[in-house]
Amino acid sequence: MSTRPVDVTTAGGALEVARLREDFPVLARPMNGQRLAFLDSAASAQKPQAVIDAERRCYEEYYANIHRGVYALSQRSTQAYEGVRKTVQRFLNAPDEREVVFTRGTTEGINLVAQSFARPRLQPGDEVLITGMEHHSNIVPWQLVTEATGAKLVVVPVTDRGEVDLDEYRRLLGPRTKMVAVVHVSNTLGTINPVTDMTRLAHEAGVPVLVDGAQSAPHIPVDVQAMGCDFYAFSGHKTYGPSGAGVLWGRFEHLSAMPPYQGGGDMIRTVRFEGTEYAAPPQRFEAGTPNIAGTIALGVGLEYIESVGRERIAAHEQELLAYADERLAEIEGLRVIGTAPEKAGVISFVLKGAHPHDIGTILDMEGVAIRAGHHCTQPLMERYGVAATARASFGLYNDRDDVDALVRALHRVKEFFG
Amino acid sequence: MSDLRELYQEVILDHNKRPRNFHPVEPHSHEADGYNPLCGDKVTIQLRLDDAGRIEDIGFQGDGCAISTASASIMTEMLKGHTVDEARETFDRFHHLVTDDDAQPDPSLGKIGVLAGVRDYPMRVKCATLAWHTLQAALEERESVSTE
Repeated sequence: MSTRPVDVTTAGGALEVARLREDFPVLARPMNGQRLAFLDSAASAQKPQAVIDAERRCYEEYYANIHRGVYALSQRSTQAYEGVRKTVQRFLNAPDEREVVFTRGTTEGINLVAQSFARPRLQPGDEVLITGMEHHSNIVPWQLVTEATGAKLVVVPVTDRGEVDLDEYRRLLGPRTKMVAVVHVSNTLGTINPVTDMTRLAHEAGVPVLVDGAQSAPHIPVDVQAMGCDFYAFSGHKTYGPSGAGVLWGRFEHLSAMPPYQGGGDMIRTVRFEGTEYAAPPQRFEAGTPNIAGTIALGVGLEYIESVGRERIAAHEQELLAYADERLAEIEGLRVIGTAPEKAGVISFVLKGAHPHDIGTILDMEGVAIRAGHHCTQPLMERYGVAATARASFGLYNDRDDVDALVRALHRVKEFFG
Repeated sequence: MSDLRELYQEVILDHNKRPRNFHPVEPHSHEADGYNPLCGDKVTIQLRLDDAGRIEDIGFQGDGCAISTASASIMTEMLKGHTVDEARETFDRFHHLVTDDDAQPDPSLGKIGVLAGVRDYPMRVKCATLAWHTLQAALEERESVSTE
């Protein structure tokens, strides 16, 4: 179930993007009569043929429910599904494949930790520490558990450049803090947070840490052991795989001590009306029939990323970010929100006189797909005093032509609203 | 480019740049806040009905895209002096125009008809109708409305 080996580097080691783009069928389709410049990978990435084929092949050749059937099809499905744990273990450099829990996505992973890990530990007056740049999915689950337990949500402020205020983080990390949940890479600002340092500081205070990896897993190398965190969640659909499939990695000692998140089939050892004995992790957290083909294809998405090379992807996206920053500086009245020195390929901006929604529509007509809105980070929008921004975000398949198309289309916006 | 001109007609650009009735109405008899969670657009509609049930004054405030701003601006301009029933009828006809694929041009809608182009952009229909939904909420004495 592995992707074919690809040689997508030039002699200098840089990505040969033109060759890579051929792996993504949708990129060959014109959009509104133009070459598609897909600049919304932070929302969801496009899929390479290998991922599409893997999902199709599962249904065409060997699909059956997993863990239950004694027949060959079920065994093959089970093997393919369970095999993905090994891929994820390697992808995250996790110590043990039993620490890999399959979820519907990052959101479910965070909710799982909030409900199964944090909730039983929280008392009235305790605190959960998050940052001001969290996505709604790393805010609302913590609001639910703090409201239910009488604990309090504490927010570390963000600086004008878009960095977590580390002095404030140190100050707020107090004896009442029982959990830290922090985004690795901000989907709105692009900021890469110093999660290794933040985890070390939290651990010094005896506080466990969850890292929201939705935006880091597809773009930069991730090593949960080096990071030192307790939990790391990411989504298949942002790592070039299908939607509705994701991963929660958690330290085995935590997972073993956590009660199940949901009850149902496949997460039990024995069920009696008098009581149920739960299965060991990770099955304990995977009640019901999961997204079998989707999870198998998620594994192929991760293998695809590995085959291209995460260092190379990160370097390529950095180069593109620098080029885009330079080109966007040409546009009068454009202000980038989020200028942290450690930044991934995400550019949020506002343009004087033009609302992000109008920018999004006009860019679409020019074949440029961007996100316009609050990016599910409404508190962050308030922090910067804007209702919404336009956001261009990169994937491994983007190139300078995409940036040029963005700049050209923004000049069109100025023709209307300048 | 021609498609864009069809959506962003001069009338829309003009009302976006110089919105009419962009002010509070004091005193007002009705008020509501509208919110589009998709993009964060917010609008507040205030109006005052006279004894005969006609809209004596109407104004809006808020922050929105060109489509929602123009829609609110034209709406306030065209409904002044009309009865509540007439306003509701106009909304129904406008809603039909921007949501029904088979809708024919409706000259009786006047200037607001320039927004017919949003029909081809389903995500933008909410922008075009935000102020209208908010007006309806105000008339029904609901305090707020969301287009979600």
